[in-house]
Parts: sequence; structure tokens; C-alpha cells
Amino acid sequence: MELKRKPADDTRIKVGKKSGSVMTLPLIIWLVCFVLVPLLLIGWYGITVENPDGSMSVSFENFKRFADPIYLNPLLRSAKIATITTVVCIALGYPVAYILARSTAKWTNIVMMLILMPMWINFMLRIYSWASLLEGNGIINSLLVSLGFEKQQFMYTEGVVVLGTIYNFLPFMIMPIQNVLLKLDNSLLEAAADLGASPVRRFFKITLPYSVPGIISGVAMVFVPSVTTFVISQRLGGNKVPLIGNIIESQFGMAGDWNFGSTVSLIVMAIVLAFMFAINKTDRAEVNGRGLTL
Amino acid sequence: MGEHIIELVNIFKQFNDAHADRPVLNNINLYINRNEFLTLLGPSGCGKTTTLRIVGGFETPTRGDVFYLGKRINDVPSYKRNINTVFQRYALFPNMTVEQNIAFGPTIKKWDKSDISKQVQQMLELVNLVGYGKRTIDTLSGGQQQRVAVARALINKPDVLLLDEPLGALDLKLRKEMQYELKRIQVESGITFLYVTHDQEEALTMSDTIAVMNEGVIQQIGTPEAIYNEPTNAFVADFIGESNIMRAVMIKDYLVRFLGCEFPCIDAGFGNGREVDIVLRPEDIELTEPREGRPVGEIASSLFKGVHYEMRVVCGDELILSHSTRYFEPGTKVSIDVLPENIQVMEISTSSDTIIGAKRAQLQNLYRENAGGDD
Amino acid sequence: MRTHRTKWYSKLYLGLIVAFLQLPIIIMMINSFNSSRAMGAWTWEGFTLDWYRELISNDKILSSLGTTLLLALAAAVISTIIGTIAAIGLSGMKKRISGIILNVSYIPMLNAEIVMGISLMLLFAIIGIDRGFLTLLIGHITFCIPYVILSVMPKIRQFDHSKYEAALDLGATPKMAIVRIFIPDILPGIISGFLMAFTLSMDDFIISFFTTGNGVKTLPIEIYTMMTKRGISPEVNALSTIVYIIVFIIMLGINVLPSIRQRADIKKKLKSERKQVS
Repeated sequence: MELKRKPADDTRIKVGKKSGSVMTLPLIIWLVCFVLVPLLLIGWYGITVENPDGSMSVSFENFKRFADPIYLNPLLRSAKIATITTVVCIALGYPVAYILARSTAKWTNIVMMLILMPMWINFMLRIYSWASLLEGNGIINSLLVSLGFEKQQFMYTEGVVVLGTIYNFLPFMIMPIQNVLLKLDNSLLEAAADLGASPVRRFFKITLPYSVPGIISGVAMVFVPSVTTFVISQRLGGNKVPLIGNIIESQFGMAGDWNFGSTVSLIVMAIVLAFMFAINKTDRAEVNGRGLTL
Repeated sequence: MGEHIIELVNIFKQFNDAHADRPVLNNINLYINRNEFLTLLGPSGCGKTTTLRIVGGFETPTRGDVFYLGKRINDVPSYKRNINTVFQRYALFPNMTVEQNIAFGPTIKKWDKSDISKQVQQMLELVNLVGYGKRTIDTLSGGQQQRVAVARALINKPDVLLLDEPLGALDLKLRKEMQYELKRIQVESGITFLYVTHDQEEALTMSDTIAVMNEGVIQQIGTPEAIYNEPTNAFVADFIGESNIMRAVMIKDYLVRFLGCEFPCIDAGFGNGREVDIVLRPEDIELTEPREGRPVGEIASSLFKGVHYEMRVVCGDELILSHSTRYFEPGTKVSIDVLPENIQVMEISTSSDTIIGAKRAQLQNLYRENAGGDD
Repeated sequence: MRTHRTKWYSKLYLGLIVAFLQLPIIIMMINSFNSSRAMGAWTWEGFTLDWYRELISNDKILSSLGTTLLLALAAAVISTIIGTIAAIGLSGMKKRISGIILNVSYIPMLNAEIVMGISLMLLFAIIGIDRGFLTLLIGHITFCIPYVILSVMPKIRQFDHSKYEAALDLGATPKMAIVRIFIPDILPGIISGFLMAFTLSMDDFIISFFTTGNGVKTLPIEIYTMMTKRGISPEVNALSTIVYIIVFIIMLGINVLPSIRQRADIKKKLKSERKQVS
């Protein structure tokens, strides 16, 4: 009993009881004003249309409008690109995390650092760099021409948008998986080997199940931002590969139809939150920003 | 003995948890004399730490009063009590050096700076850590951290020092050393110690007085000798040292019957024909060649333990543990004898049934082992 | 699970991944020394430091850099204060209530950034606040708070309550015990929350895009504007190269220093043990 005893009521850090709610008050006010109310506004705008006289009336017209292929296709394309990105990031990132976690060498810290470093350069600059590599008059084509080959068209395809998202989000997959694998106790693997499990079996029976929470955090950190990106598709895809993020952005920018923009946002938010809810039943603490591991 | 420095009167404590249906402390009455080394001894969950925390001011009793030199201090917060604590896992401040840890109390109380550094040096000498002042906590071994925790508490010159299983985290050898060390510090500083442990040997070695606790109730208070030699019930007898506990009948004053034979004893006043519990310490049991008028049993096992042989004797329904320098082969028939003054007769208590039951189960296991061995 | 000696093909694989990730940055660095403005066709027209020189006099870039740093600092400080105080408060509350509050506070982190951005934009438009530095700051604080809570909360949970009791035991009032013992103990969590908030704010584009206005531009916004108009000016490459090299040196220091310090610690320990023996 002594070991399990909770902190006693009497000396629980005094901020813990009455003043606990006082201390949480600023946060609660902030969340209500700048998270809940804005989201409710999206909800309200999403289910209303603006009349010619400027008044608003409740209508689900915008949902019907969304059922048009010009809007549905970008949504499906976003889902497809985000799924491919996530799967490729797992395929590329898992071995990196595994090798780094298995090694005792000091240089693995440096490798991890090199993997995380690019995040210190704003992602738009890095995407811009890719463009300067791949463009019609870019570095690769300049090299091809000078070697006597023909110019190739890399830009403005789905493939190059996927390259951009993979490039941008790969570190977010490696980080959480490596964190989890580092904690895997070697004696577990030794015990399995001792019981006659082959290396392949050990990997599938122990290492892989153990790293599932890391993979889940990685999926959350890769899928959501890549499903809603609009800059990468804008720069690398031109207008040829519009994603759902581009639709939202244009409704609040050029098109200026906030009601329809809100409707699309509502749909995206519903998808994202449903996705997060589905995968986020495991420990949320695993979702780890860049700062902690640097 | 001298004045009562701490007195607990009719203390009840119940935690607010939904699952805590029984009180953690059930009517605790206890006083501590000045300069006394008093130990609260009991299994985990017996309420000893809660009692200590009530004295320290970290818990308030649900009912009952805590007195400090005759003054009720139930509502005095811990930082206003002249009582200090050595915590179970030391609770040293990791962001401070050894010196800063020790000086924490005096600094808070705004002692004179030069006085503080002088006192800190004295403390380092007292706990044998001279030269370690500038070290950080994480560079110290467990034993050294323990000494820092003691010094950090003692520098405040408390009237009472509370120690909550302070040696629990140390290995056996270090624990023995620290037992002597703590006793020496207590004698040198002349400070009253209230000590909590579940280790009966530790309690016997160090204490002036022991209070044995179980399930929130004090079972017995007395000197180590009294607790060991004259346990008042089966729980105390079983908890303190190895012992043989069994049911017996008082034939009349000074005569008790167990193992099918009558033994003279030195106890009286239980009433003729009353059922009682008796305790026989293993070292008090004499094994001889079978004799008339004494229970006869068979040696079940015999292990060499250095100074003695530890032998288990099956005698009727009972399994008797004996420590003897005389060796008998397993299977040998022997007689059991005990001197009258070594038979401790006790009232039957609530816990004796379970303890005796556990012994029976042990005996059955032994039979099963033997049966298995024959195959 | 650290045992294996890394095989050559593993090393090769790591090398390829690192090269993939570093490639655009190397291109960016090369461009920062290229005398061609690299607008139309990419050509190497010789080494130059002109862009670094011009960076110093480029008010647009420097002022947006100033805005970015000021914003990141303000957002990090405020979100760290709100987040830390709230985390301490939450740790003492009933699980059910604190769980609800925590879930709401994680929304900005879990939800799509673009949705958070436009929701704030709607709010500011409706209540009639002109978008500018203040609205930017509000947006940044909102998405930084969950990261602060997330890094402070585990430290609070790990805190050994008996240290707090020990401080009370030694005569500290509850307030003193919190300031002198509790806060220093959870400080690493607070600092990492602060740093995370600072870097996230510095790097943010999407929330900033929807919450700024009136010509207030952070560096990412400035870069976006350039990108959509005439292309990124080489001065930005120069600036980013400088930032990258500084961060690289700092990171290298952080990664290499601990092992040096560790070695020193081991030596110290050995020495003192020898002393004890003699």
C-alpha cells in the first residue's frame, strides 16, 4: 500500500485543489475564444448561404455543390496522395529508424541530426529548391542537355507532388518510430532467440508489434498535413494537380465564397478528426513535435 | 522515562478513496519520549507510514488528536513543526549540490550565512561525507544519498526526526552498516527518532521501543526484548523472528498441554481448560532421543546454517522448526522438549487462525514433496 | 535494443536517405553563391558573395525576419506561461474534467492547420479585428499551447511528490516549495515546450497566411509572396544558408558535447573512488 499510495490530499501541491481551476482558467478562456468559437463559426458558415441582400439563411446547398467532380476529384486526389505518402514514408522511414535504434555507434546521433536538420529551413524554400532541380530549365535538365540528352518533363504531375510530400514529411515518420524502438529491451529479443525464434520471426513477432505506437504517431504526423497541403501542390503541381487544400484556399482567397469554403473545411475537418480518432486511441503523448528529439 | 514529546490520542484515519472501506488507522494511541528511538514495525499496508506522516504533518487524522509537548498540533502545517523527515527514497533536490541540499532548511529560515556553512560542515562530519559538499546528487551512491538526507534533516535541530524506511533502497551489507551509523547519530545528536520499517531485524537492532502494527492497529508496544520474548499475540510472534505457533490448552496455572503432552510453564491466570496460543522460538526447542512423556516426531529435513542446523520435525499435525547445534539425520525419531520459561502463552487472537492455517498448509506441502520424491 | 554492428548496406541506405533530405538544401546553398539570379533557366555563372552583401541592405527580408523573431518570441513566451500554469492546474484536477480540457487543447495540433487558420480568419473578420501582428500572435499562441502542455505534462506527472513534502518538512511554505523545488524540477519540460513553440512559430506558414494582414509579413509569408510572383530572391538563399550553418554548428555542439562531458564525469567518478579506497 505504501508504494502505491497516491499523494495525500493534505499536501497535494496546493495549486492542485481549488486554485487548480483558477490556473486552468486562462487556458479555458483561450480555448473557447480561439478554438471552439472559430470552429463553431466554420460550422455556421458551412451550413448557411449568403443571400443577395447580405443576410444568411440555413441551407445545405453547399454540400450538394461539393458533390461535383471538380471538388470531389481534388478530395479523392488528396486522399490518394496522402495515402501513398504515408505508405512510402513508412517503407522508407522504418528501416532508417530500425538501423539507428539498433546501433550503439556514436555517429547515429549525427545521422539523426542530419535527418532532422532540414526542418530548420522553411519548407517552402526546400520545395522551391526541388523545383529549381526539376523544372524545365532546372538543374537536372541543364545537365541532361549538356550531356546531349533530351529535356524531360518532371514538373506538374501527381508524381512530383508526392515526391514533395514524402520529402517534407519523412522525418516525422522516422522520429517517433526510432523513439519507440530505442526503448525496446534487448533481452526480449534474446529471450525470443533463446526460445528458438528465427531473426525474421523475431522481427515480426516482437519488434514490429512493439513499434506499432511509433508507426501510429508517425502516420498521424504525416497523413493529416499531407492531406491538407496546398503549397506543395501549388508549387510543384502548378494548377494541374489541385488538392482539397487548394480548393479551400481559393474559396477564402480569389473566389471569396466563405460559405462554400467553410463547407469544404467542415468536410475536411470531419475526415481528419475521424481519422485521428481512429488511430489516436493509443497514447497521445507519443505524438512528438520536432523540438523534443532535437 | 522523560516527557512525552509526541502523543497520539485515539487516531483514526480514512482516505477518501472509493475503495477504501476500512480505516487505514484504527484507534492509534502512542507516545514518544524525548531521546527515544521508537520504531513502528509492520507489514506493508499496516498504517505505519500513515502514522509517521500524521506526526510529520503530511496527513491530518480523520479523528483523534496529535500533541506536541502537550500542545494540540492537528492543524499546524508541516513547515511550522519542528519535526524533520528522512524520506523513503530520500527526496533529495536534484538541482542542488550536497551542501545546498543540507543548507536548504537553514536558508529558508534565514540563518546567518557563516553559521550555515559552519553547521553544514559539522553535518558533513557527522554523516562522514566531508569533502562531498560540492558534489551533485546524481554522482552519489545510494548510501551517500541516504546520509545527505539524514544531514539535511538533522541540521534543523528537530525535536523529532522521522525516518520512513530509510534503508529500504540499500543492499544488505550497506543496510547493516547504516543501522550502526544511524544509531550512532541518534546517540550523538540526542534527537528523538521515530523510525518506520517492515524489517524486524532492523527494528530489533536499533530501537529502544518497538510498536508492532497490523491492519491499522497497534498490536504490541515494548522493548525489543519484550517483543521478541513475550509476544502478546500470534501476529507479533510470527512477524518477529521465526517461531512455532500452535493451539494449546491450559490444564491449570503453570501447566499447558500441546503436541499431546503436558509441559510445565510460568504463565498463570488464563483459567483451567482454556484454549490458548503458544509460541516456541526455534532456538528454544531441544531435540533428544525419544523419551517417555515427551512428544515424539520425525525429522523431515535438516539444513546446515553455519552456527546451527535448521531442522523441521513432523509431530502429529504440527511442523516444528528447530535450531540446534546437534545434528539428526532426516527420518530419525526424536523427542521435543522446551524449558518452562521458553513457552510463551498468549490469548487467542483474530490473526492466529490464519497463521496456524498457513503452517498447516506448509506441512501438507511437505508431505506432498516427500510423496513426489518417492516416485 | 542497441546491439548490432551496422552492416555496410545499412550505412549505404542511411547515406542515401540523408542525401535525399539534404539535396535541396545543398542546391539552395549553391544558389546563394551563384551570380545568376536563377530565374528562367538555371545556369552557373560563377561564385559570388553579392547576395550576402545585398541581404544586409534588403529591408524587406530583414524586417520580415525581425517580425518573425519578435512574433516567435512573444508567442513562445505567452503560450509557455499559459500552457505551463494550466498544466500544473490540470494535474491537480479530477481526471474526467482535465481530460476534456486536454482534448480540446490538443485540437489545434490534431486538426488540419488550414482549417484552424481559416476558422481564426473568420473569427477576426466577424468581430471586426483588423488582421495584423496581434491576430498573427493570437493564431500562433493557439497552435503553440498544445505543444507546451504536451512537453510539460509528463514532467509534472514524473515529479516525485515527496520532494515537495521534503521542502515543506524543511520549513518552506507551499509557495516557496513550488518556486524552489517544483518549478526547477519541471523546468526541462518548460524549456523544451518553449523551444518547440519558438521553432514552430518561426516556421509556420499556413496559420500565418490566414491570420495576417495589413502588410505585416513574416519570413515564410515573404517567401511565399516571392515564390508566387517573381521567384525567390537569392538573398533569401543567403539568409537561409547562414541560418542553416548556425543551427548546424549548435546541433553538432549539442550532440558532441554530452559525450565529452560524460567522459569527464566518468574520470571524476573514478578519481573520487580511488580517493575513497586510499
